[in-house]
Amino acid sequence: MIRSVLTQPSRSKIENEHPASAPLSIHDMTVAYHRKPVIWDIDYTAPIGKLVAIVGPNGAGKSTLINAVLDLVPKASGEVRVFGEEYHKQRNRVGYVPQRESVDWDFPVNALNVVAMGLYRKIGWCLPVLRRHRQTAMEALDRVGMADYAKRQISQLSGGQQQRVFLARALVQDADLYLMDEPFAGVDASTERAIVDILRELRERGKTTLVVHHDLQTVTEYFDHVLLLNMRLVATGPTSEVFTRENLRKTYGGKLALLDQVGHKMTMGESGR
Amino acid sequence: MNSVPIRIGVAMVVVSILFGQLEQSIAGPTHDTRSLSRDRLEWPSADDIKRTLLLRDYNTRIVVLGTTMLGVAAGIVGVFMLLRRRSLLGDVVSHSTLPGIAIAFIMMEMIRPGGGKWLPGLLIGALLAGLAGILCTKLILRYTRIKEDAALAIVLSVFFGAGMALFKAVQYIPSGSQSGLNHFILGKTASMVAADVWVIAEVSVAIVVVIGLLFKEFSLLSFDDKFAAAQGWPVFRLDLLLMLLVAGVTVIGLQSVGLLLVVAMLITPAAAARFWTDRLGRTTLVAGMLGGGGAFCGVLISAMYPRLAAGPVIVLTGVLFFLVSMLFGVRRGIVVRVITHRQLKAAVGRQHILRALFEFLEPKCDPSAPMSLQLVDHIVSTDDLQPMRSWTPKRLRHLLRTAEASDFITAVRDGGYRLTTQGAELAHRVVRNHRLWELYLIEYADIAPSHVDRDADDIEHLLGSDIVESLERLLSQRYPHMSVPPSPHSIDVASDTTTQQAVP
Amino acid sequence: MNRSATMLNDQPSRFGLGRALVVGFSLVLLIVVYQLMRKIMIGARWDSYDTWTVVTAALAAMACALPGVFLVLRRQSMMGDALAHTTLPGIVVAFLIAHWLEQSGWISSATYDSWRHAAMFIGALLIGVLSAVLTEWVQKLGRVEASAALGVVFTTLFAIGLLLIRLKADQVHIDPDCVLYGIIETTVMDTVPNTNIPRAAVVNGLVLLANSLLVVVFFKELRISAFDSAISTTMGINANVMHYALMAVTAATLVSAFESVGSILVIAMLIAPAATAHLLTDRLDYLIGISLAVAACSAFLGHLMAITLPSVIFTPLGYPEVVDTNTAGMMAVAAGCLFVTAALFGPRYGVVSKLLDQARLTRSIVAEDVLGLLYRLEEESGVGSLAINQLTAMIGTTTWPTYLALRGLAASGDVTVRGSVYELTDSGREKAKHLVRAHRLWESYMAKHFDLPADHLHESAALVEHFLGADLREELAAELDDTAEDPHGREIPPEKA
Repeated sequence: MIRSVLTQPSRSKIENEHPASAPLSIHDMTVAYHRKPVIWDIDYTAPIGKLVAIVGPNGAGKSTLINAVLDLVPKASGEVRVFGEEYHKQRNRVGYVPQRESVDWDFPVNALNVVAMGLYRKIGWCLPVLRRHRQTAMEALDRVGMADYAKRQISQLSGGQQQRVFLARALVQDADLYLMDEPFAGVDASTERAIVDILRELRERGKTTLVVHHDLQTVTEYFDHVLLLNMRLVATGPTSEVFTRENLRKTYGGKLALLDQVGHKMTMGESGR
Repeated sequence: MNSVPIRIGVAMVVVSILFGQLEQSIAGPTHDTRSLSRDRLEWPSADDIKRTLLLRDYNTRIVVLGTTMLGVAAGIVGVFMLLRRRSLLGDVVSHSTLPGIAIAFIMMEMIRPGGGKWLPGLLIGALLAGLAGILCTKLILRYTRIKEDAALAIVLSVFFGAGMALFKAVQYIPSGSQSGLNHFILGKTASMVAADVWVIAEVSVAIVVVIGLLFKEFSLLSFDDKFAAAQGWPVFRLDLLLMLLVAGVTVIGLQSVGLLLVVAMLITPAAAARFWTDRLGRTTLVAGMLGGGGAFCGVLISAMYPRLAAGPVIVLTGVLFFLVSMLFGVRRGIVVRVITHRQLKAAVGRQHILRALFEFLEPKCDPSAPMSLQLVDHIVSTDDLQPMRSWTPKRLRHLLRTAEASDFITAVRDGGYRLTTQGAELAHRVVRNHRLWELYLIEYADIAPSHVDRDADDIEHLLGSDIVESLERLLSQRYPHMSVPPSPHSIDVASDTTTQQAVP
Repeated sequence: MNRSATMLNDQPSRFGLGRALVVGFSLVLLIVVYQLMRKIMIGARWDSYDTWTVVTAALAAMACALPGVFLVLRRQSMMGDALAHTTLPGIVVAFLIAHWLEQSGWISSATYDSWRHAAMFIGALLIGVLSAVLTEWVQKLGRVEASAALGVVFTTLFAIGLLLIRLKADQVHIDPDCVLYGIIETTVMDTVPNTNIPRAAVVNGLVLLANSLLVVVFFKELRISAFDSAISTTMGINANVMHYALMAVTAATLVSAFESVGSILVIAMLIAPAATAHLLTDRLDYLIGISLAVAACSAFLGHLMAITLPSVIFTPLGYPEVVDTNTAGMMAVAAGCLFVTAALFGPRYGVVSKLLDQARLTRSIVAEDVLGLLYRLEEESGVGSLAINQLTAMIGTTTWPTYLALRGLAASGDVTVRGSVYELTDSGREKAKHLVRAHRLWESYMAKHFDLPADHLHESAALVEHFLGADLREELAAELDDTAEDPHGREIPPEKA
């Protein structure tokens, strides 16, 4: 609570930490659910044109980080800049792939309809989806290798195919920054490859992609950068430098039980007894 | 989704036809005084049926028109409620309207004694109270630990109780006792007059138009509100608008079906429509049609049999439509699903018999030559096949007969069978796919086998061509005689499509 | 309170005093309420008729509240609402059967009533199970979402019931309005011969007794199946059987209550008392007890409101002729009022008590910030004295919390006022030392384990310092090998002077 006496970051410093060119820069962001802090004091600037894995144990706040960037959950403090501006001004340049479990796959739409949803904002209020929009959606489906399944109802797709449809929906937005929440969760081998190919293609075209990732074994193979997260930012940087045993120990446990304990105390103290 | 302009167009045409009917009916003969409330016990005469069906009665015409439009609007709105898993919210809204009606009545009486029955005023009161009910539910969910079901039940019963208490109080007010407010509870279609129908028609059209315009937005909201929020749609306001539409439908439904049953008009057509199609646009269309149709038939039936109150009849017609849809719906109906299941079982049986044939013949073939050419040379008896799997003799005979009927095998003398060329090729492919999957499970055991569909022909698609290639190399090492990998699509596999469904 | 931050308020006597105050206040409130009620009851000319109305309604409400508890816990509240609708065809069919039996001479008209009751009871049990089974069929066979399936089923059965009433009006003397409104005012007149006791009171009393017995006997089973149906099935308590049994019992209770008090009250009494109790306690046995109490209170308050409120409200509006209103409806409203009261003022989960907790926490955090601030000032410049507006600005809060915090600190002798500036006392300095120690230990800990720039350490430490008790401070110190300096190169004060 004491903001003044000893360490007050100067105004110019904040500006320095939000370079206009960076696809995503987060300064001092804290997010709390029901007053329980989930992620604390995140400071991060994403590099341009890199594939970044967000890695951390369960409950480390990986999804929360993405949701907070997208303004889906309120931030307790801190700022987020997307290409140097606030998120809602740069919304068109951000593509989002939510977790597959977050929707009802029994919903009466086919794969093509879902992909076309990525264009809705571009189409605008009240205007219908036209043939050229469907054409664009079809191309995106083709890119993820799902063109044959365009007319299938989404519940008839396998998990991997559903994930590809979600990916195509993000592709169709033609964004410069992509945020993906566990795109590799529960997918088959060929989907995993297809997704990796797409991610690499995006990188080739200079796009930045942040991916919440679970599988530690494939991090070095798939990603250039990692962001190790466990309620706090543990480390960030090129995979070869940062993805070390020591850092992983810091992320996944070791002597950090205290952090948990303190978080617990704070919850108990703040949200009643 | 592709047909939004068409849909709006159709809606406009329908609406204009209905309006034409309406104008005609209002301008039509008014000297006919027979109404729906004839108190008759016996069956209607043929003449009665004819005049009802031909909508000769002015009153019938009015009531049918109003109720049908209501049914259409309710069906359409109901689809989104169903998809948002909020079907019962309509029940809360309808029960909550009661105190609003009473308060509106009292306020209008205070402004102008005797003026309390002005319908639009009552409906606005009802609308506001319905929205207040939704608001209370949201507040309870936001600020207490009470779960959604209990919150709905509490709001519903407390508002309804308050309404009842106010109604009793209204009875003491002069002109309150004959106000007919009670009709809102159980509905009284017969008491509708042209002016009421106008209100219903206007509101229904407005609701249909709003849904038509915002169809894209509402569908995104219902499917994936998180993505919608990330894209920058005002999710909260859209949700609010949807609630307003629900409240609107409920309120105009009070008069005809009554607040206890109006929720059926929201839920039943929408649930029925899901059996017919997997597309949202069509679901909405079908729900509108079923809702309108149910209301239309219901009102007509109750017009023919005056002792059958319209509200329950409309609900039951809707349920009849629902049952028919549930049984015979072409997408998710029970009959279709049973047939699909049987087809699947048949396909599995066919693959089992082919695999058994192949595996029995495998050791007998010359390993140096491609097997698919040799399979047709051998004769297999039922006794040979019996030990291959744990099937009953009856089942085996059945499978053999079926395979013979589809020309995969031919019967030869002494009860033996021989594979046909077509059958041999299919058997080869079935075994190949099966073995590829087995190898996959062995080689890639660390990958969750949730998508192993051992009968699927699109193995390349599920696993990726590079994996399949490496598996095939392994396969040819293990089974040299299968070394010429047959193209998986060398013959028409249309008959096998039922097995290609990916694992859900 | 479980916050280790309460280094300031560790005087247990205050808690004792607070509790005594609460008890005393409640007693006074109770007496005032009692006197008030007496006045109102006398004013409303309360008589034995009113008493019997309340008793009947209370018994019915309590009988409903028991199955309601389990409906709420199993998150099937809307099932209760649906049952209240679906029992209508059950009642009608029972009436028809009884009527048919009487017509065909199977039963005499003298015993007609008791046969009819029996038929209704059985009809209700069946229809309860039938509703549950039909809902499940629609849900499973049609793959319809659960609440929609429920909606389809209950509206259908209710519509059938309504139609049957219309069609068989000459055989079934049911007024649908009666079933809805409840005619408790008249059922009370129908008494057991030679007594004042209404028949309905006896019936509902018996149902309440039966339900209580069931709850007592099957308490374990009910608890486990409500908590986790999968576990209970593996333990041999079939969750489906429990589900159907609960539905049947609920329906039977509803039917017996229907006749006397009407469906509105029944729906309200099924859910509202249990939900109210759920806001007040976490224990199942208390939950049941409180639900019963809430149900009885709602009945009493509801009737009282029904005979007093209308004239209070309507006379100023110019309708003095409105003297009373529907008792059942007002009972539902009373239950709603009790629910809202519990939601607002519940001791643990109430909105107000959460706000108070929050305010208390804010005050103690500000108080600790004041101590820390004054301590650091002393550390840097030798003297630490600040005025209230300086403190407010430096802590980054508003005047009110600072003012309250300073008053608390002054009262506990941790700061003294000199003119307009505040200074630490010795005891305050001791407490401040612990705080600063916690702060700097945390900074060191974070610096050791995370690659954070030094300017980022302060803020989280400023937040965390309030939550580090002596035990955690010890642990941190041990983890840091008893470092003496924090990352900014300042001394970490020792735990003991």
